Amino acid sequence: MSRIVVGPFNRVEGDLDITLDSMDGQVTGARVNATLYRGFERILVGKPALDALVYTPRICGICSVSQSVAAALALADSQGLQPTRNGELCRNLILANESLTDLLTHFYLFFMPDFARDIYVREPWFDAVVSRFKAVSGEATREVLPARAEFLHLMGLLAGKWPHTLSIQPGGTTRPVQRQERLRLVAILGAFRRFLERVTFGDDLERIAAIHTPEQLRCWQREKPWHSGDLRTFLYLSQQLDLGTLGRATDRFISFGNYALQGEQAVPRGLWTPDSGLQALDPGRIVEDVSHAWMEQAPPLHPARGETEPVADKEGAYSWCKAPRLDGQVVETGALARALVAGDPLLTRLVIEQGGSVHTRMLARLLELARTLPKLQQWALQIEPGEPFCHHPQRLQDGEGVGLMEAARGSLGHWISVQRGKISHYQIIAPTTWNFSPRDASGQPGALEQALVGAPIRQGETDPVAVQHIVRSFDPCMVCTVH
Amino acid sequence: MANLLWLQSGGCGGCSMSLLGAEGPDLISTLEAAGIELLWHPSLSEQTGIEVRQLLQQIIDGELELDLLCIEGSLMRGPGGTGRFHLFGGTGIPMIDWVSKLAEKARYTLAIGSCAAYGGITSAGDNHADATGLQFEGELRGGLLGSEYRSMGALPVVNVSGCPVHPNWVTETLIELALGEGAVERLDTLGRPRLYADQLVHHGCTRNEYYEYKASAEQLGQQGCMMEHLGCLGTQAHGDCNTRPWNGEGSCTRGGYACINCTAPEFEEPRHAFMETPKIAGIPVGLPTDMPKAWFVALASLSKAATPERLKENARSEQLIYPPTLHKRKN
Repeated sequence: MSRIVVGPFNRVEGDLDITLDSMDGQVTGARVNATLYRGFERILVGKPALDALVYTPRICGICSVSQSVAAALALADSQGLQPTRNGELCRNLILANESLTDLLTHFYLFFMPDFARDIYVREPWFDAVVSRFKAVSGEATREVLPARAEFLHLMGLLAGKWPHTLSIQPGGTTRPVQRQERLRLVAILGAFRRFLERVTFGDDLERIAAIHTPEQLRCWQREKPWHSGDLRTFLYLSQQLDLGTLGRATDRFISFGNYALQGEQAVPRGLWTPDSGLQALDPGRIVEDVSHAWMEQAPPLHPARGETEPVADKEGAYSWCKAPRLDGQVVETGALARALVAGDPLLTRLVIEQGGSVHTRMLARLLELARTLPKLQQWALQIEPGEPFCHHPQRLQDGEGVGLMEAARGSLGHWISVQRGKISHYQIIAPTTWNFSPRDASGQPGALEQALVGAPIRQGETDPVAVQHIVRSFDPCMVCTVH
Repeated sequence: MANLLWLQSGGCGGCSMSLLGAEGPDLISTLEAAGIELLWHPSLSEQTGIEVRQLLQQIIDGELELDLLCIEGSLMRGPGGTGRFHLFGGTGIPMIDWVSKLAEKARYTLAIGSCAAYGGITSAGDNHADATGLQFEGELRGGLLGSEYRSMGALPVVNVSGCPVHPNWVTETLIELALGEGAVERLDTLGRPRLYADQLVHHGCTRNEYYEYKASAEQLGQQGCMMEHLGCLGTQAHGDCNTRPWNGEGSCTRGGYACINCTAPEFEEPRHAFMETPKIAGIPVGLPTDMPKAWFVALASLSKAATPERLKENARSEQLIYPPTLHKRKN
């Protein structure tokens, strides 16, 4: 057996290293280390309650709005406050703007450039992939960055700026939309849709959204050559490299649900497994285990009672990340989990047949991009200029609240306690805390740690490319992970 | 040609995310046109693992000259001065050690964002992580590199502060340095490039008519001036946020919330709620910096007395109630 440490990982948000054990060219064990600790949960204690909206977005520059939304939901819950309808519509637009931007950034800037690495130089597709996806110099980067920046004009309009807006409040949003601005939103969204249809999908979004079976996907794929549109390129590379068999984790998937509007969630909440299908998710059954984290030893605690006491020297610990568990089980979260909980027929079949994988995680992200954009277009049209955008709390009450939502990378939860207008307790579990958790007291490895077992290591590889694909298929956000 | 190395430590990565949104021209075109070659950036580059470790070692060993060293995020000295709160991935070595060694070799060292400049959000509260800026710890000179530090190009750390930075604050500072136009007198006393720090957020604020008449918003989202009640620091905050739009269209005040002076050291600890103006005897503390207080109070009460009904009502409303009236032509 041999052991190597891989890192620093780039094209992930934040810093990460992984210790890999291997034998006969295969990974036999992995320990994932989130290398940065900042301590937001302690910074927040004692601050005026609404200042959570200033601090928590700054946990993460790529999931900033997601953190805002989770904080706003937790505050609203603690105060029994209902947001306005316009406020919910704008909040959904701002959140979806960030999430879709993240899906796009991840695909083009973080994930695809690995196929242009020299290790693939002998592959027949190599030259074409290099000219399209090579990091920094590939033509895709040049095409995507301006489209991404224009899409983010929605943030300029509705949120003032991105990242780190204060426009999302417990009772709605602070940016009333005027009549002409609503039309401007429609134009921004229309332009981004044209970009997706022309460049990413090479087809109408409705046609992509209507693909419901693996056969339909294959038929659609065969209509044009593999390098026609970036979805087809991904599907082709995925087949060539058998990404459908790479990176299987626990196959237990959760979604907290998302995009609330008048009491309904556009993305549902639940737990999904291949054997039992959809089940209810009880947030009361969540605990965080600190047995392998550089945290003061404590029994597994529900986040409403959780503690954050860092200790640098602790026997057996190897990460700043705590290990969240649902009913004692490891779960995976992200776009694939959302699709499965929502009953997506294509991904459900693929996961039942082959399990979660690099292929299904990436496909789920691209399909979510195609399926969500039309929702944004509807929300923009539903805004009613002239109606209220924000309710304001009269006086802050003592109370506890929880904010559960879906960031681009998966389920994000904030648990707050407010006393005399101040934060008396705050805990956060981020998507990558779930996916990249270390082992728990019973020795169960986290989702990525499981996904890496069996990954091939080629002769002489110091940073195995299969490991790179698997890690990035989760779209990790390491700054959120520990926070 | 100049080369650029970008490292991240105790921050959120938001300054990089903001930078990716550079427009007219986009980031890649901007760097190319300025003759700046990206040695490595964590979000953009292909190289990973050992390739990165070797690159950094080459610079430290003097085999590769480094022109522009950009550091994003606070420098994590804790716990107990060990730097263990951030060991750079794959190296087992504290990031503060990497940064200190690289800064000795860099022609210019830039702090990108308020965390790297002054400690920022990560140093809030009791700062148990012992986070600091590169050459400032809050308002005090010192920080990780010490007040005497000068890069090979004889400049102190260039503090492109902001939380996050505007993409053009970074690109224009990089262009200025790549052109060889960097100079101490182009930085303000807090080390910030004067190209953006010589303006106030107040300049170009769309709420200026409300400010003139002290017609104030009482809740976020209302149209009036946010200085009197909602904690807005735009009249004191250095930055061109309202003359150079964010994300094509916006700014904090345009987004309906107050400026929190995020380009300044210690903005993270205002010692009151961010969205509330602390007052003494009904008068806001922290008035515009270069205006005698008595004059401000006198002018404010005068302009309040003269506030048109249109502004008074609109200020406390999310929606425009009274549009400006037509000027009647005298016959």
